[in-house]
Amino acid sequence: MAEATMQVFRGGPSGGKTVEYKVPIAPGMVVLDALHYIQGHLSSDLAVRWNCKAGKCGSCSAEVNGRPKLTCKTRMDALPQNEPITVMPIKSFPVIKDLVTDVSWNYKVNKKIPPFTPRAGADWKFYQEDVDRVQEFRKCIECFLCQNVCHVLRDHDKKEQFGGPRFFVRVAGLDMHPMDGLSRTKLLKDELGLGLCNITKCCTEVCPEDIHITDNAIIPLKERVVDEYYDPVLWIVRKIRGTSAG
Amino acid sequence: MSERFETHDHDVLVIGAGGAGLRAAIEALAQGASVGVVSKSLLGKAHTVMAEGGIAAAMANVDSADGWKPHFRDTMRGGKFLNNWRMAQLHAQEAPERVLELEQWGALFDRTQDGRILQRAFGGHTFRRLCHVGDRTGLEMIRTLQDRGVHMGFDVYMECTIVQLLTDGKRCIGAIGYWRETGRFVVFKAKSVVMATGGIGKAWPITSNSWEYTGDGMALAYEAGAELMDMEFVQFHPTGMVWPPGVQGILVTEAVRGEGGILRNKNGERFMERYDPKRMELSTRDVVARSIYTEVKEGRGTEHGGAYLDISHKPAEYVKKKLPSMYHQFKELADVDITKQPMEVGPTCHYVMGGIRVEAETAQSTLPGLFAAGEAAAGLHGANRLGGNSLSDLLVFGRRAGLAAAKHAQEVSAPRIDPAQIDEAEAEALQPFKHQGGESPFAVHRDLQKTMQSLVGIFRVRDDVQKALAELEKYKERLANTSVEGSRMFNPGWHMAIDMKSMLTVSETVARSALVREESRGAHSRIDFPELSAEWGKKNNIIWRDGDAMGLRQDRLSELPAELQQVLAEDK
Repeated sequence: MAEATMQVFRGGPSGGKTVEYKVPIAPGMVVLDALHYIQGHLSSDLAVRWNCKAGKCGSCSAEVNGRPKLTCKTRMDALPQNEPITVMPIKSFPVIKDLVTDVSWNYKVNKKIPPFTPRAGADWKFYQEDVDRVQEFRKCIECFLCQNVCHVLRDHDKKEQFGGPRFFVRVAGLDMHPMDGLSRTKLLKDELGLGLCNITKCCTEVCPEDIHITDNAIIPLKERVVDEYYDPVLWIVRKIRGTSAG
Repeated sequence: MSERFETHDHDVLVIGAGGAGLRAAIEALAQGASVGVVSKSLLGKAHTVMAEGGIAAAMANVDSADGWKPHFRDTMRGGKFLNNWRMAQLHAQEAPERVLELEQWGALFDRTQDGRILQRAFGGHTFRRLCHVGDRTGLEMIRTLQDRGVHMGFDVYMECTIVQLLTDGKRCIGAIGYWRETGRFVVFKAKSVVMATGGIGKAWPITSNSWEYTGDGMALAYEAGAELMDMEFVQFHPTGMVWPPGVQGILVTEAVRGEGGILRNKNGERFMERYDPKRMELSTRDVVARSIYTEVKEGRGTEHGGAYLDISHKPAEYVKKKLPSMYHQFKELADVDITKQPMEVGPTCHYVMGGIRVEAETAQSTLPGLFAAGEAAAGLHGANRLGGNSLSDLLVFGRRAGLAAAKHAQEVSAPRIDPAQIDEAEAEALQPFKHQGGESPFAVHRDLQKTMQSLVGIFRVRDDVQKALAELEKYKERLANTSVEGSRMFNPGWHMAIDMKSMLTVSETVARSALVREESRGAHSRIDFPELSAEWGKKNNIIWRDGDAMGLRQDRLSELPAELQQVLAEDK
């Protein structure tokens, strides 16, 4: 039986190293199968997060041969043969153990976003064309791969000033909801740091749900912020009236 | 005790953060209770996210003749009349309101032409009844409930596994668990506890269930003194993937057959002609699952031990439009283009109808202070569940459990926890670290799965089930002698050792109940008793902990009121 050589990160917050494992290859095997083989037969304390193993829960994110992936959807036979396969934890979040990282920051950001707030007097009649656009954002499985590759978080670690693509998608899903009556533009500008995003589209490229994060969520939200805060006509009106935006 | 352990105090503690747990938590919060939610995974990853088809609710948006009565009737018929009739009635009556509520909390369902929630047809439902969001209804439900609850203010304890319920001899007063990350123990004091831990599918190797489905809720409730019911009824969905090995068990939606998919054996025969010539591929789940199994067992299976499911006679564009996720699933994971080639499918362990015995109105178990909802509870689905009735179950009985738990919390005194119970639970949970050189808990798990698959699967027969019970005894011994390597920090080997304890308990409840029910009904098929028995049709199997032994008795179903008997008698 063919064998794969896996180089899997083992370690914790204070560091670690890759450890080599030989894993028998079965047809159609995915990287998560290989990790499960290691757990089941070679090293039972290898820490990996996973749930559905069907690409629906977004738990098993890791960097496979340097690329951010859901390990349950990454086929072994799609990777270069006869070369070791490296599996590292996603880089933008602190390692807890092995491939498990501390993603709790994301839950804190989410809590800052005001929830769905229906418009007063809404009659709840709306149509498929009203929901098509918003449903795209609601496909998000929170794998955090977009957060992982976003350079504002990955290279500059601006977690205090920036929400990250996942939460721009979330705000888009709320602000463009046909029944929602709240504006979250001030939050986007002041607390989620939308202006820091310079639309390099790294997030869109890695999204396993094919959400057009940059084009359909971030850019329209940036336009809303611009309209509300930087529109010269509105700016003069506000100056004269002495009112502030937001 | 309080110095030794991190302790959290709540009016209501909800164990499990899927649809039922979150809905219960939201309702308890709305009643003014302080609520804690414990979850084995991260918030938002619960098994509910995998639900695709929709939520069954008789809103009559598409078929105006629908109403609670037809939904009630379909549910009872699907469950072969073993259902708790009151639960089936409440479920059918309240589901539409629960769906509308979800919409008002932000869920975005697909729409009808006139701007209302769209409903689709599904197996066993007389009318188009399933409210849905494409093929990701469960995800929409989880996100909506999650955000609602987070903003209402429950405390979430993520990646925390409960190992024991705490009792004061009369009622349930909390739970002890450990943080998966650190392995440290944590105590939850609570006036009411809601069990919403889902199912048991991980005791079988071929399953559509996630790693969390290890029967914890049933096992914890059983150990604490609550009764379980109908544990022999385990639903095998007829069509799971069988190849390649890594994807075995992943669900292939019933909609493939709904769109005209044809089942064939390796000789090219459309074998459903022999099992149900009238309904063919669109027969009920139990019948189709048994038919595929029989074809394979008798040597007419496909190369990888399944049946062919073929939709390639339909135009390629039509298939891609109607079955997009199936198209991608097979293309990405199996290199099969379903517009050109047949899929290989076989039964996969999917759902347990049995669970913790509850009172219909309040979802309270037989142990005061302990409530249960969703797949962890028994009663609603009887001997067989209809598709779509699970998500509605989570909402209807999640809400009822949360309401009753909050009310109960107002009525009882503050819990007094016995430190000895905690010490005992801790010592037991740490047992796997005490042994050196024993086998891995994963090895015992693999063998348990083999036993359940081969001896307590789709078809059961007395000798097999007896053999399984003997093997389960050996696994208990083996589990007691396993050892785990490494530390208590996020250690899957240790976690498996603890989950295995639950899996062995629930496997035994399934086997014992399956052994005594000498008939075939719904999802329970006995080769040696292939017919329905009128006598067994009046009985539920009840399991409880009788000292160190597992008690088993039969309780008679309560009589259906005349008014509901009439509803059942009506044709449409």
